[in-house]
Amino acid sequence: MNIRRKTLHLMALGLAAAGLMLGALGPAVQAGPATTTLTGAGATFPYPIYSKWFDMYHQKTGIEINYQSIGSGGGIQQVKAGTVDFGASDAALSDARLKEMPRRVLHFPTVAGAVVMAYNLPSLKQPLRLTSDVIAGIYMGQITTWNDKRVAAANPGVALPAAPILPVHRSDGSGTTNIFTTYLSAVSGPWKEMVGANTSVSWPVGIGGKGNEGVSGLVRQTQGSIGYIELAYAKQNRLPVAHVRNKSGSFVEPTLASTTAAAEGASPLLAKDVRTPIVNSSAPTAYPICGLTFLLVYQDQKDPAKGHALATFIDWAIHEGQDVAASLDYARLPEAVVKVNEMTLRKLTVAGKPLLADR
Amino acid sequence: MKAARITADGLYRAALGGAAALVFVVVALIVFEAARGSGLSIRTFGLGFLTSTAWDPVSEKFGALPYIYGTVVSSALALLLAVPLGIGSAVYLAEIAPRRVGAIVSFVIELLAAIPSIVYGVWGFFVLAPWLRTAIEPWLIAHVGFVPLFRGYPFGIGMLNAAIVLSIMVVPTIVSISREVLLSTPRSLREAALALGATPAEAIGVALDAARPGILGAVILALGRALGETMAVTMVIGNTNRISASLLDPAATMASIIANEFTEATTPLYISSLIEIALVLFAITIVVNGAARVLVYWATGGRRSAAALA
Repeated sequence: MNIRRKTLHLMALGLAAAGLMLGALGPAVQAGPATTTLTGAGATFPYPIYSKWFDMYHQKTGIEINYQSIGSGGGIQQVKAGTVDFGASDAALSDARLKEMPRRVLHFPTVAGAVVMAYNLPSLKQPLRLTSDVIAGIYMGQITTWNDKRVAAANPGVALPAAPILPVHRSDGSGTTNIFTTYLSAVSGPWKEMVGANTSVSWPVGIGGKGNEGVSGLVRQTQGSIGYIELAYAKQNRLPVAHVRNKSGSFVEPTLASTTAAAEGASPLLAKDVRTPIVNSSAPTAYPICGLTFLLVYQDQKDPAKGHALATFIDWAIHEGQDVAASLDYARLPEAVVKVNEMTLRKLTVAGKPLLADR
Repeated sequence: MKAARITADGLYRAALGGAAALVFVVVALIVFEAARGSGLSIRTFGLGFLTSTAWDPVSEKFGALPYIYGTVVSSALALLLAVPLGIGSAVYLAEIAPRRVGAIVSFVIELLAAIPSIVYGVWGFFVLAPWLRTAIEPWLIAHVGFVPLFRGYPFGIGMLNAAIVLSIMVVPTIVSISREVLLSTPRSLREAALALGATPAEAIGVALDAARPGILGAVILALGRALGETMAVTMVIGNTNRISASLLDPAATMASIIANEFTEATTPLYISSLIEIALVLFAITIVVNGAARVLVYWATGGRRSAAALA
């Protein structure tokens, strides 16, 4: 912990130095009125869309938002230490972690993402179909060959090779792993008991690749392998991905629409607690391995100008901002979840007074 | 006049002393902070941390043994491959090759040392791994698979891949230092050996013997790089916390687990355990370096006593 604090001190010093330099440049460069600057830190998964949003919002309002994509863990630490104006995390904070925070923290889901099963079976002509039992069985080492009857049962009429299955997982701690293991814990009792859900877990079998590129590289190189990666990454690299059977029994292709449908299906639960995982959604068109990514914001803001800037930014991001989500391969929030966010926005206060009274 | 001279001299000494002290202070701070950061983990797991093979962030059970094993074995294997190759090329470049060829080739080898480790990692992952998977490893399994070292499944990545990539990364260090050391040994040694009727190979042996402490120093530097190498190893070792006798199986090192999990570690005990891994890595580096130093001392002492006998 102390090392973390030390790192924070160093970072703060670095930021201060950068600030001084900018300050020195300021008068020469800046012509407009004094602008509010917000800083945030955290998740890497939503970084592409966040940086796009921050850029668009800067052009629109002049508010500058600096974001360091240092990972969800680091983002949570910095929120706790109060060194940033907001944090970002792919996993919602548990009750225990929320209690550790000095003040009340609110969660704002911004976009949804899906985790897809990429595989390497060149002989297969149509997309592979997987059920939750098969995925859990493969990653627990109980299903070891592709022509296992449990895999065959999900793929009637398909000639599956008698090749061994090589399961690939992420070696680095990641929100992707968190979504995948949350799904497996939701659908498999033995998995929940033996392994559980986290940003990294103790894998019973398989080999680990670093990052989406490491996992997909291994899958591409190795016949008979299967690995989980982000939907956006699989789309951009045109990898074959499996259709997965959802709770209502249909095999669903992972797409932006079926990801949004998963969040839609979970929205009654999200209205009660926005931190509820959206995996294994009961909606008929939902892809089952999905998750939301969150902004973490203190309910009571200390600085009125910053608090107002942050609230208006979130308001913009969950409405207008959603229109650019698809172009960067993120799934937009369904209307029901936007409503949940609007409710949460009304809870934001500065010195005890509501920030956005007009909404 | 006199006072001014003393002040300048004193300043000079103080500046040099300060520079030396600063290095020491930095090392002391690293140890202090790592020890402080790992306090929670040390209190929770005690010495069991070093012998446990569990690494389960969900139930917060942490042990370092698979990573210690992975670091030590991958570095040892890398040296096993790199030392004969490195010393062999150094001898050729210093003793046998024409002087201009030697200079050009050693320049190229030294360029290798400047390549960022991520590039070696990418090469290991995209070039070496498919080759190992389709050609080398199936052959090893078929022909020497009766030895547990070469049993298993041809993953392409794993301990063998990591050791090969590491060995390529440390060869330049061994070659360039060994060559310099060999070139700086007195020419008269070889001439004397030849005059006494030694074959050219035996004369080189005499030169090698004289260069031994320097060559050992080169090997120690190479070992240091192999122990601490993070990025390239993380990409090619397969990252599983299992101890396996087979070189074809995936493994993990202390540096790779820190690189993999530090950014997303959220609970205090988890972070503390990762910092303790760093502390253990530091301790192992000191032990290995110390052992290597003893080896150098022993080797140079041996040479002196041999000289005294002669």
